[in-house]
Amino acid sequence: MGKSDSTSQLVDGLGLFSLGLGTAQLLAPGAVNRLVGADDHAMSRVVMRWLGGAREFAAGVGIESRRRADLWLWARVAGDMLDLSMLAAVLASPRRDPVRRSRAAIAAAAVVGVTVADVVAATRVSRNGAQNGEAGKAMSSVDAKAGITVNRSVNEVFAYWQNFENLPRFMAHLQSVEPLGGGRSRWRASAPAGAEVEWEAEVTDERINEFIAWQSVGDATVENAGRVEFRPAPGNRGTEVRVHLTYRPPAGKLGHTVAKLFGEAPDQQIRDDLRRFKQVVETGEVVRSEGTPEGSKARRQLFQRPAQPVTS
Amino acid sequence: MRANTWMGKTRVEVQNVPDPKILNSHDAIVKITSTAICGSDLHLFNGFIPTMRKGDILGHEFMGEVIETGSSVRKLKVGHRVVVPFPIACGRCGACQRGLTSVCQNSNPNAGMAEKIMGRSPSGIFGYSHMLGGFAGGQAEYARVPFADVGPIKIEDDIPDEQMLFLSDILPTGYMGADMCDIAPGDVVAVWGAGPVGQFAIVSARLLGAERVIAIDRFPYRLQMAKEKAGATDLINYEEASVLETLEDLTAGRGPDACIDAVGMESHIDVGPLHAYDSAKQMVRAETDRPHALREAIMACANGGVVSVIGVYGGFVDKFPMGPFMNRSLRMRTGQCHVHRYMAPLMERIRAGQIDPSFVITHRMSLEDAPRGYQMFRDKKDNCEKVVLSP
Ligand SMILES: NC(=O)c1ccc[n+]([C@@H]2O[C@H](COP(=O)([O-])OP(=O)(O)OC[C@H]3O[C@@H](n4cnc5c(N)ncnc54)[C@H](O)[C@@H]3O)[C@@H](O)[C@H]2O)c1
Ligand SMILES: [Zn+2]
Ligand SMILES: [Zn+2]
Repeated sequence: MGKSDSTSQLVDGLGLFSLGLGTAQLLAPGAVNRLVGADDHAMSRVVMRWLGGAREFAAGVGIESRRRADLWLWARVAGDMLDLSMLAAVLASPRRDPVRRSRAAIAAAAVVGVTVADVVAATRVSRNGAQNGEAGKAMSSVDAKAGITVNRSVNEVFAYWQNFENLPRFMAHLQSVEPLGGGRSRWRASAPAGAEVEWEAEVTDERINEFIAWQSVGDATVENAGRVEFRPAPGNRGTEVRVHLTYRPPAGKLGHTVAKLFGEAPDQQIRDDLRRFKQVVETGEVVRSEGTPEGSKARRQLFQRPAQPVTS
Repeated sequence: MRANTWMGKTRVEVQNVPDPKILNSHDAIVKITSTAICGSDLHLFNGFIPTMRKGDILGHEFMGEVIETGSSVRKLKVGHRVVVPFPIACGRCGACQRGLTSVCQNSNPNAGMAEKIMGRSPSGIFGYSHMLGGFAGGQAEYARVPFADVGPIKIEDDIPDEQMLFLSDILPTGYMGADMCDIAPGDVVAVWGAGPVGQFAIVSARLLGAERVIAIDRFPYRLQMAKEKAGATDLINYEEASVLETLEDLTAGRGPDACIDAVGMESHIDVGPLHAYDSAKQMVRAETDRPHALREAIMACANGGVVSVIGVYGGFVDKFPMGPFMNRSLRMRTGQCHVHRYMAPLMERIRAGQIDPSFVITHRMSLEDAPRGYQMFRDKKDNCEKVVLSP
């Protein structure tokens, strides 16, 4: 929790810094130019105003408004690089007098500091974002939600999901789901290092063409529950599918690896699962590329093969 | 097989790689007879598109003969001669059904990666980074083509490759650039960039009824081609004259009714007084897009006009003139080309003799010479306009 709070303070601080620097550059570009040691003639003032000020300001507003803060933070990182390069140009320029140079060096040091802070914040926000902002709780309970629109009738989409044997076709971690009758089924998933996890689940509630809810039963290694809802999308756009999954891995070593497996960007994982679901329902199979021969998979997107024909 | 691969910034290498094989039941394998280097490849070459990996096979403009089909392929048969569109599209999703194939919702297995950078994912593209799918490209002897019944268009007769090849990308792209302008009688259209894409935008703007088409570039040989081959009525060499003033003059103060950006993220910046900007340019080059032509297009456009952006952008731009754009009721249309929807009608126009796209070709080389081709096309050496490679 503490880490989350300090991330949030850091984000606020950077947002305000952005607004501050941005506003200074917009309102008094000459002063900022003199501060960084750039030529303070009319043109560079205009350039500084637009290039620097507007960007800082935009990034500041973006962070404060908290919509996809990670994107804006990464934009800030890129922006810092730009500021650094302008300063580098000033520092490298042979015509500069020493006073100007040392001023630019101070500004560069400040921006380097900001860049480091930006990278840290961007990485943290990206990571927290992936875990629904619940960094502190991630190890004890994983909560993932995602939605997708499938270009098929509710009937068809519901029927495909209702047949749990289909789930492993698009859920990356599942190896098999075997129906046991009476709403019960046996699920098998792969865990890291070749390990396997198995559990039994039952459908706890269901309304045809509207929703299905299920839950693990007995002493499942990974206590888990899921709910999927189906709704016709407006204007014949197919079916809106919304999924909510919760995992509660136990303590201990296995629990830890399992938590790691499911806890790794859970929202991204379930989004990728849903993308595969859409591919399977709409086109009949999971789409594969040379870089991602197994199809959409969160881990695979981090560890791409080169885009060359697959040999094995 | 032999294939041209990306080996780092400004380095491509022709290498031995495994032959492609079917990965999905809708795939076909095509033996490539002609392939080309695109302006979009230059953005990869120069290192502006993130998520490239060493060894990635490049190329997205290619045609050839079907030599193998997957079990679900119905229409395409071994032996068919085809041109392959550069965006990969499933034909079944909502986007494809609306004809927006370059934003197909199913064809990018790495959609999650694209979402991080773009908010939402466009379609997969052959040989165009991992964020856009990690698909092996077509500057090679063979290529695997997903959704073989949706993309490739069949050529029934023995019309030469050179007339058909550009249906894969730059001809439909130029055409879409003009199509998005909703050209009405009397319209004046200005086109930034007289590269192959710009040339076809000019041709198309004329075909769609533009009264005047103004080509803007700095290479005299490209401007000359725009006038003599593509049908531009006026030329502006921006190293010799101010673009904004000349457009003002040519339209008696109205501005062009439509402005097409066929330059993209690596716009060359020549405006003398923007000296301070020039010093930032080096770094801008390394980190973000340089939207100079786009800014100019917005500033020039007639009130209520259209800015049609077919030049490719990768990330974020600075100094975007939003005020002028908003206050003067401009519209912007843009996109990677939805090639699928334009292929058949444009093939008809080629057959009817309305367009002979081969006029842009200035260099024909072997696939083995791809590295030289990239250099030459990038540096606009030897009056290079378009390079076609034969495997
Ligand atoms: N939207 C699509 O689907 C699609 C498809 C293919 C290519 N493209 C893009 O189209 C663009 C052009 O491609 P191309 O193959 O013609 O490339 P190219 O490099 O041959 O052409 C670009 C031209 O723009 C000119 N130029 C540069 N700066 C300029 C400026 N400030 N004002 C006017 N002209 C300027 C260059 O001199 C050059 O002639 C690229 O960005 C490419 O990625 C887009
Ligand atoms: Zn292209
Ligand atoms: Zn599609």
